[in-house]
Amino acid sequence: MSNRELASSHTISVLVDNEPGILARVVGLFSGRGYNIESLTVAETDAAENLSRITIVTAGTPMVIEQIKAQLDRLVPVHKVHDLTMEGPHIERELALIKVKSTGEKRVEALRLADVFRAKVIDAKTDSFVFEVTGNSDKVDTFISLMAALGLVDVGRTGIVAMTRGGEAL
Amino acid sequence: MKPEESATTGADLLVKALIDEEVEVVFGYPGGAVLPIYDSIFKQNQLRHILVRHEQAAVHAAEGYARSTGKVGVVLVTSGPGATNAVTGLTDALMDSVPIVCLTGQVPTHLIGNDAFQEADTTGITRPCTKHNYLVKSVAVLARTVHEAFYVARSGRPGPVVIDLPKDVLMNKHDYVAPTKPVEHKSYKPITKPDRALLHQAVELMAKAKRPVFYVGGGVVNSGPKASQLLTQLVRMTGFPITNTLMGLGSYPASDSQFLGMLGMHGTYEANLAMYHCDVLINIGARFDDRITGKLAEFSPKSTKIHIDIDPSSINKNVRVDLPIVGDARRALKGLIDIWQKKQPKLDLKAQKAWWAQIDGWRQRKCLAYKQGAEIIKPQYALERLYHHIKDREHYITTEVGQHQMWAAQFLKFEKPNHWMTSGGLGTMGYGFPAAMGVQIAHPDALVIDVAGEASIMMNIQELSTVAQYRLPVKIFILNNQYMGMVRQWQELLHGGRYSESYMESLPDFVRLAEAFGAVGLRCHEPAKLDDTIKEMIEIRKPVVVDVAVDKAENCFPMIPSGAAHYDMLLGPDDRAAKPVSEEGMVLV
Ligand SMILES: Cc1cc2nc3c(=O)[nH]c(=O)nc-3n(C[C@H](O)[C@H](O)[C@H](O)COP(=O)(O)OP(=O)(O)OC[C@H]3O[C@@H](n4cnc5c(N)ncnc54)[C@H](O)[C@@H]3O)c2cc1C
Ligand SMILES: Cc1ncc(C[n+]2csc(CCOP(=O)(O)OP(=O)(O)O)c2C)c(N)n1
Ligand SMILES: [Mg+2]
Repeated sequence: MSNRELASSHTISVLVDNEPGILARVVGLFSGRGYNIESLTVAETDAAENLSRITIVTAGTPMVIEQIKAQLDRLVPVHKVHDLTMEGPHIERELALIKVKSTGEKRVEALRLADVFRAKVIDAKTDSFVFEVTGNSDKVDTFISLMAALGLVDVGRTGIVAMTRGGEAL
Repeated sequence: MKPEESATTGADLLVKALIDEEVEVVFGYPGGAVLPIYDSIFKQNQLRHILVRHEQAAVHAAEGYARSTGKVGVVLVTSGPGATNAVTGLTDALMDSVPIVCLTGQVPTHLIGNDAFQEADTTGITRPCTKHNYLVKSVAVLARTVHEAFYVARSGRPGPVVIDLPKDVLMNKHDYVAPTKPVEHKSYKPITKPDRALLHQAVELMAKAKRPVFYVGGGVVNSGPKASQLLTQLVRMTGFPITNTLMGLGSYPASDSQFLGMLGMHGTYEANLAMYHCDVLINIGARFDDRITGKLAEFSPKSTKIHIDIDPSSINKNVRVDLPIVGDARRALKGLIDIWQKKQPKLDLKAQKAWWAQIDGWRQRKCLAYKQGAEIIKPQYALERLYHHIKDREHYITTEVGQHQMWAAQFLKFEKPNHWMTSGGLGTMGYGFPAAMGVQIAHPDALVIDVAGEASIMMNIQELSTVAQYRLPVKIFILNNQYMGMVRQWQELLHGGRYSESYMESLPDFVRLAEAFGAVGLRCHEPAKLDDTIKEMIEIRKPVVVDVAVDKAENCFPMIPSGAAHYDMLLGPDDRAAKPVSEEGMVLV
């Protein structure tokens, strides 16, 4: 019944107390119950109130997504759970650092593409660059795949952070 | 107590905090990391400590205490092995929603992470098997943490909470400030008040029903005795049939004519068929467990489903419902009764009558029938006779896990909540005896009986020493079939009768075993002597182990094989050939 429904990707924003073990609680919940994590980011967002925001991208059928949110909400240090995918328009961004090692034509092409993608050069040697690119995950994916042919060495990605559009707080 | 009172050690402060939480009993076992707490316990006499013989038993005892009183059960164990031994009990309490606070010792804060002697990552290990846990890093937050832990354990959907206590925190000093107001938590705020508009909708659905059934679970027991009273009132007002889960038994008087018995894998024919054919299903405090639903696609396919539960994660987890209502069962029941009384809905009495006629037809199948001969005691008969002799006394029943547990659920009658404790969700062999100790501590004058299997009882048999020490007159009523009967039954039905490792070789002589511990041992082989044995057991004001030799080959029916639908129930040994278990069913437990 439920597993024949289509799985879709959801971006969930979770406001939590910034206390030791909170990330383990959230990650343990996902692994223990067999939910998948496509992306996860976490950092303190309100030092005065000691709060952190965890942004999780996960996939599942509507029933599973509902269950994931209920399970998250049940954790004692969790303040709020928001399903941004369900709650209307929102923005998602990711930052990646990408190291490319090449010379000659390839090096020039890498720099040209970086310009197209509005990636910044944040480190340069005669035979290498480190680019910083931000955008939605598709843009980051595309940029990385283009670099693959141009001497891609290393990739570091932050995972997705997200926010609703408009002036309202979550 | 005033803040200016001179500073106390963490351990003394802990004991004060426990007393302020109205804790009377702690079940525990000492060790290096908790010596300061044992020292504080020694110096006072408000808090009673019960020394168990294994930490798992301490948690089960606290569970029995909690379930039979509605209070939080408290456990105290040392670091490392003390904490790891408690893990099974904590998991059991989590699965069955039992409020427990478990205090674990820990190595001093500066040694955490060093593989110090008897160090274990207790908060790491217990994170998935507790409702919440704490590592207390400073004596300054100790008292507050204790009060918060009790609040978390008992509120909302109850569950076990661990407080891990490094030894230096127990020895450091700080002022104790008694709590002046109830704990309020920043982020944890369980919803207890049901939405009135939804209750109105529920009453409307119920009023229009032609084939309604109440499906009621442990949540009503969790909600307190008042909830059971209200449930009984509502069910009688409506005239609808009601069935209970294993955990819900006692929330509705079993002797009442509207009661269909337990439902599920080993539930009655009438209860399961009522679930299958009903048009309105009213679930109160039950979680659509797989022992209930069987094959999900064919679970109660024609019904509109109402689900009242305090935990939103229980709703739409396994079964999609039409009208979810989040809130405490007692408050929801109160609301439903109010609305029902105001509206005085006109029921379709003709349809109700036809529904009851259909149910009575199913009842005629007498699905629990068995044949008692003159030679061998049938386990069902032993329980019927047991019930006959205890029914007029205040009694509490606990069980181990297996066939005997299911027969106890089928053949004993539960008239009141909080008098039946069994391990439902985790199915922990070894639960019943320590749980019975906890019940007996809380109700010293009551008759407390652990209905046991000979295999399960071996899992916490060491507790005979505890009942001897505290003179707890717990009765262990062993239905001895010389097999792990439930395992043997599955092997017979699903694995071609290959009884791999399920025969109980080298069983002890239970009578002499009891005597070795200072308890009384009784034995019974013959149906004719059973009544006298039971009477003798009841009369003896000491712990008694009764070894009842029962039919080795008896199977527990009805049975819905794993993955089968409610109408595919096996009613007896002859049903087997006609309905082979599907391959899909074979992989299920
Ligand atoms: C060998 C074996 C065989 C079994 N066979 C059967 C069987 O045939 N039939 C059967 O029924 N069980 C059987 N069980 C037990 C089964 O595994 C489950 O434990 C049981 O069915 C769950 O009962 P429940 O749905 O009442 O939920 P519980 O585990 O009691 O959960 C209670 C529910 O109520 C909610 N709740 C808690 N407090 C409140 C409140 N204050 N207000 C409202 N809601 C609240 C909780 O959130 C939860 O959803 C068997 C177990 C074993 C070991
Ligand atoms: C700790 C634990 N280990 C294993 C099991 C699996 N199991 C379920 S019932 C059972 C047999 C129980 O035998 P017994 O106590 O004699 O009860 P009977 O079924 O014979 O009445 C076993 C091994 C379990 N439930 N718990
Ligand atoms: Mg047995």
